[in-house]
Amino acid sequence: MIMNVLFFGITKDIVGSSEISFSNELKPTSVASLKKRLIESYPEFSKLNSLAVAVNSEYADDSVLLNGNEEIAIIPPVSGG
Amino acid sequence: MKKVIEIVDVIDTAKVYAELSDANSGGICVFVGAVREFTNNEEVVALEFETYEAMALKEMGKIADAALARWGLNKVVIRHAVGEKSVEEPVVIVGASSAHRDACFEACRFLIDTLKETVPIWKKEKFKNKTVWVSAHP
Repeated sequence: MIMNVLFFGITKDIVGSSEISFSNELKPTSVASLKKRLIESYPEFSKLNSLAVAVNSEYADDSVLLNGNEEIAIIPPVSGG
Repeated sequence: MKKVIEIVDVIDTAKVYAELSDANSGGICVFVGAVREFTNNEEVVALEFETYEAMALKEMGKIADAALARWGLNKVVIRHAVGEKSVEEPVVIVGASSAHRDACFEACRFLIDTLKETVPIWKKEKFKNKTVWVSAHP
């Protein structure tokens, strides 16, 4: 099972794509490890005001575990209105 | 319908009165956010909005439910636009209707303030020579 991660706003620009995939053996197993992995791959992520993760379209804190069947999205600082 | 929650391409500000009008409401309050021409003395050519729509609709629904419960409102509207918007175009409209005016005034403030904090919508400011994702960096 491949894990897909969606990107929006400035994180989409940093990654250069609206979606990336992790293969089975490299899948992060929690929100915390996903964030750590992304910051290692894309150091510009650490310069953002905030970096949230949504799991199945709900904000998820660092302790939430991932199995790869969820819809996962990276939420940079929001700026609606 | 007690609440209207939508992401749209274009906001029609004329629709909102009919959506909020209610036999039990003596007060209707509406806030419209629009594109301003200058940010920090720099001329804005346009704003570009994008969203994670499934989540944005969920978050907007939560805000509407919280306002309905907290102020005992009769109706709530939260509608945001996406895509490119030029100066003076409306980009967001929130409204509340209630028996008396205090409740709908307070609810409107809550609706727009909370939307700006939690709803996954992103705004890029387009200036003549550069573009900037708003609030992304300190």
